[in-house]
Amino acid sequence: MSSVTVNRHHSGFSLGQYVTCLNGIVWREALRFVHQRERFVSALVRPLVWLFIFAAGFRQVLGISIIPPYETYILYEVYIAPGLMAMIQLFNGMQSSLSMVYDREMGNMRTLLVSPLPRWYLLFCKLVAGTAVSLLQVYAFLLIAWFWDIAPPPIGYLTVLPALVVSGLMLGALGMLISSGIKQLENFAGVMNFVIFPMFFASSALYPLWRVQEGSPLLYYVCLFNPFTHAVELIRFALYGQMNWISLAVVVCCTTAFMIGAIYAYDPSRGLVRRGPAGGEA
Amino acid sequence: MTAIDAHSTGPAPPAPRPRGDPAATPALSIEGISHSYGTRRALIDVSFAVAPASFTALLGLNGAGKSTLFALITRLFGTQAGRIGIFGHDISLAPGEALRLLGVVFQSRTLDLDLSVTQNLLYHAALHGIAKREARLRSDEVLTRIALADRAGSKVRDLSGGQMRRLEIARALLHRPRLLLLDEATVGLDVKARADILGHVRQLVIEQDIGVLWATHLFDEIAPGDDLVVLHQGRVLAHGPVDNIIADAGARDINSAFMRLTGAAVDPGSPAP
Repeated sequence: MSSVTVNRHHSGFSLGQYVTCLNGIVWREALRFVHQRERFVSALVRPLVWLFIFAAGFRQVLGISIIPPYETYILYEVYIAPGLMAMIQLFNGMQSSLSMVYDREMGNMRTLLVSPLPRWYLLFCKLVAGTAVSLLQVYAFLLIAWFWDIAPPPIGYLTVLPALVVSGLMLGALGMLISSGIKQLENFAGVMNFVIFPMFFASSALYPLWRVQEGSPLLYYVCLFNPFTHAVELIRFALYGQMNWISLAVVVCCTTAFMIGAIYAYDPSRGLVRRGPAGGEA
Repeated sequence: MTAIDAHSTGPAPPAPRPRGDPAATPALSIEGISHSYGTRRALIDVSFAVAPASFTALLGLNGAGKSTLFALITRLFGTQAGRIGIFGHDISLAPGEALRLLGVVFQSRTLDLDLSVTQNLLYHAALHGIAKREARLRSDEVLTRIALADRAGSKVRDLSGGQMRRLEIARALLHRPRLLLLDEATVGLDVKARADILGHVRQLVIEQDIGVLWATHLFDEIAPGDDLVVLHQGRVLAHGPVDNIIADAGARDINSAFMRLTGAAVDPGSPAP
């Protein structure tokens, strides 16, 4: 064997191999998404129900004053659109983690985890793949919303993209962290109720925080410390070509924290090790 | 293309040595491995080695600790005590180097049922950093070898159990590993499919110099020339060439040798309970 070969053998992986791995994982996630048409439809129908029914009903009840980033009075539909975009990502993040639990129970996860690339990188790829799928869903929603007169400035469709990437990563990382702690698929429904609904309702997705403060100062602080609020605000500002620095900082910090937590939990010497082997094997 | 120079985009394996070379680094070395789930001890001071280009059968009843051992070798669990090396690479210290030399077929099915045969192979190749063009070449090659080339576009869901197993083995070999682990690979297959799979894997040892660790609870899958590890209740009861183990146990065949070693009552000619 030549010395060149030996050197390469010990040099780990090339950048090209990392990119190939990322592409492969995103490609598989996209294929699975395409194959699950019901998932796409339900991902779209959910926010549209809120938009077409809930918002239409609430339009008269809840008046929205002029608050940044809006420069004029807006309809309630316009107000909740960014919240619904974040909701799509929240559901998608949880659904991705649901599929991780499913993969783990079915054994597919093993294919991923025996890859020789570093495990943190594999989880990161998985996260990127989930986020990419959520972007497809959000833009499909924006397209339909446009016909419903929710028309942010054209540049907003571009400026919201980085915000959606960051918020998608945060919610995906949260889902991944949660998935590492779930032992069985059946336990997931409970987590959906304990995570998705509280996060969504105790946030600025459906009502501005100043209205919440009027009603309940305590709830106001809960909303303020809810990372989902900041994902919504980041998206809301970006959709109008503006930057909300505080929200960006919160979202980036939370993404990092959730990601580190997920990597820690999926470390072979922790997390998974507490369980026995899958399917009662020994 | 040989198995060696095909590593141009992947890892470079250690040079293959002639079979039975005592100086060869073991394909797999298990040294003093113990593992517990809480208070339940699944493995107790397990040690053995698999030589390169050899067939080693890991025989044990259900619950003997075979799957736990596989989970440790593949780094799904961290090692609690002891050391696992793959061609000299410590699985805890250099997992990347170790895992790239390893192919695995797990007991449970790990294929994506809704993706096509080729898509499953390409996904696996990507996980090993094999670029798409090379991956396509390799997947065509392995599908031809396992006589599934005409099913390349079929969904995995539409394959038979035996075909899925063959595909899983082909997939495990896509990155050209030097060591192949198979955990109860013939479970749920009919007699013919079982014989095909076993024959295919034995062929790999001879033709491609792959070291194989074959976990099973079926005596008839063990041939006279094999190395054998008998695992029972988390402990290695015997390790060595099958004939030696039978002779040492003072038995006529592997069935009775296993019976004497474990003290279990086993009907000759039938699978272990």
